Amino acid sequence: MALALVCAATLYPVLWVVKLALSPSESLSLSANPFPQEVTFRHFAAVLGASDSAGRWLFGRNLLASLTVSAATTIIGLALAVTAAYALSRFRFPGREAGLQTLLISQMFPATLMLIPIYAILQRLHLLNSLGGLALVYSTTSLPFCVWMLKGYFDTIPRDLEEAAVMDGAAPWQAFVLIVLPLAKPALAVTALFSFMTAWNEFILAATLLNDASLFTLPVALQRLVGEYRVEWGKFAAGAILVSVPVMGLFFALQKHLVGGLTAGGVKG
Amino acid sequence: MAEVSLKGIRKTFEGNPVIKGVDLEVGKGEFLVMVGPSGCGKTTLLRLIAGLERVDEGTVSIGGRVVNDVQPRDRDVAMVFQSYALYPHMTVRENLAFGLRLRKLPEAEIEARVKDAAALLELTQLLDRRPKALSGGQRQRVAMGRAIVRRPQVFLFDEPLSNLDTALRVQMRGELSRLHRRLGSTMVYVTHDQVEAMTLATRVAVFNGGVLQQAGPPLELYHRPANRFVATFLGSPAMNLLPARRDGKKLAGKGFAVEVASGLPGGAGPDVLVGFRPQELEVASSGFIKGEVEAVERLGFDGYAFLETEAGKLCARFGKGVEVAVGETVSVEAARDAVHVFTADGTALRHPANLG
Ligand SMILES: Nc1ncnc2c1ncn2[C@@H]1O[C@H](COP(=O)(O)OP(=O)(O)OP(=O)(O)O)[C@@H](O)[C@H]1O
Ligand SMILES: [Mg+2]
Repeated sequence: MALALVCAATLYPVLWVVKLALSPSESLSLSANPFPQEVTFRHFAAVLGASDSAGRWLFGRNLLASLTVSAATTIIGLALAVTAAYALSRFRFPGREAGLQTLLISQMFPATLMLIPIYAILQRLHLLNSLGGLALVYSTTSLPFCVWMLKGYFDTIPRDLEEAAVMDGAAPWQAFVLIVLPLAKPALAVTALFSFMTAWNEFILAATLLNDASLFTLPVALQRLVGEYRVEWGKFAAGAILVSVPVMGLFFALQKHLVGGLTAGGVKG
Repeated sequence: MAEVSLKGIRKTFEGNPVIKGVDLEVGKGEFLVMVGPSGCGKTTLLRLIAGLERVDEGTVSIGGRVVNDVQPRDRDVAMVFQSYALYPHMTVRENLAFGLRLRKLPEAEIEARVKDAAALLELTQLLDRRPKALSGGQRQRVAMGRAIVRRPQVFLFDEPLSNLDTALRVQMRGELSRLHRRLGSTMVYVTHDQVEAMTLATRVAVFNGGVLQQAGPPLELYHRPANRFVATFLGSPAMNLLPARRDGKKLAGKGFAVEVASGLPGGAGPDVLVGFRPQELEVASSGFIKGEVEAVERLGFDGYAFLETEAGKLCARFGKGVEVAVGETVSVEAARDAVHVFTADGTALRHPANLG
């Protein structure tokens, strides 16, 4: 019963957005009924079909920008996080504790606080208004979470396994690549998903750092639909749904890796 | 096949000395079993031989080569971990082949070796399973198989049978013995199980507190323990030790006196410890010592009575048909020439002469 209530509470706003996207009118109707009276795909067609003044396909460019940034963020972030987390999990070195704590503390500040320093740094690096710069910023901001997440998981993988691999003739890096990484798949999937979603959904940094409409990521492009004088709610809702679809797809694709228990049976309990 | 030689090994963890100067030679093809109380450094010593830890002092040699600075993978040593440490994401076949693939053996050779080992350990049916679908005994055999396929110079085993039930343990013990005879490799084996130590070992090494107490053939250690620690550690129930004073051939303690046939070496002070294996003491109608029965263990054919005597606690055997009741006072007789004598600080002075 409680579950049904929670489901209803979470689904209600979603249904509302769906209704908005499918209803022919552009205005916000304030009726409590979350189901559309009339169904049209006009808004979807409008969002998907829009072109800029030079006649380029806008949605396609925005989608490409979002995908590029998100994929780059995931790859850069994961590569850095995996190696850092492994070192933090397996080796004792001066500054280890301090490093872990700094990562944690950095999570306590809202990202907007970093906006100005980040802007200044990117300006120096001539990376303003570039997707590469944005990906770099995203990967660094999602790094602390990823490192903690992966370190926590590496800690649960028995060291015996790597030692057995070393006795079997593996170099330390081979023990890492051939034994630890495959076992860490669930954590890698979660971390990848997290990085991807952070980048995919982020708005403020993207809106600040990008000013070329052809480079806009989807959330920024979406926000531009909310015009200065007239808000095109129908298009906005349709766009929002289109933006969430890839993330949902990714989630389902990774779902089977998200289940834990891969290490079961390796060592006696 | 290679010999392992440890010279003056010391190892300290975070300021705690764990191995305090160990000298030990393991001959070619020998089956050396290391025993000792928990925390005495057995696992650490294995890891030092394996190269998973570095010695602070001393030298480790394998096959005449000093390997202090040699990586584990270049020592040609295989280790069977106490936890088995099977790779969970690989099938049994892949587990067995892992080390050989890393060493870039030809694929045909790998297949042949895996097949051989699987047949030897009766794993052939299980080759395509993952470790989590195996029973404890099967995992244990896979762990062993992973070592065997490599055909290393030296095998290291860390309590490999400790998690198995009794029946499986007896079976695996037999298989290990067979394996040793077949491969003829040098093996170093850690266990808490006395029976494993006595039955598998060509030589037993007893450790306490990071110090080697004595090493030798199992019966040698049992019959001629070098000190009080070895005497009480090996054998079950433990050897009885009673304080006494010596006077020539006579040893007298509170409420008892025994005489030894052959003389005692001179030198040490008059205070000694007299030792008897419980198996050499018998509850009887008359004897050299009396005590009140505190507990009785009946094992079927015979049993052990635990007594409180004037000189201290004593454990003695009783045979079939003898009735022993708790609270009763009984006499205990010793077999002929059963007396071990130790100095007050525990060094052996004498052992019974008529031992096999
Ligand atoms: N990496 C380490 N860091 C700190 N102390 C350690 C480390 N490894 C072992 N020790 C300590 O060294 C001592 C010996 O440990 P070891 O594992 O060799 O004992 P053991 O004889 O194998 O015991 P058991 O029979 O319980 O397995 C213990 O007191 C242990 O706490
Ligand atoms: Mg141990």
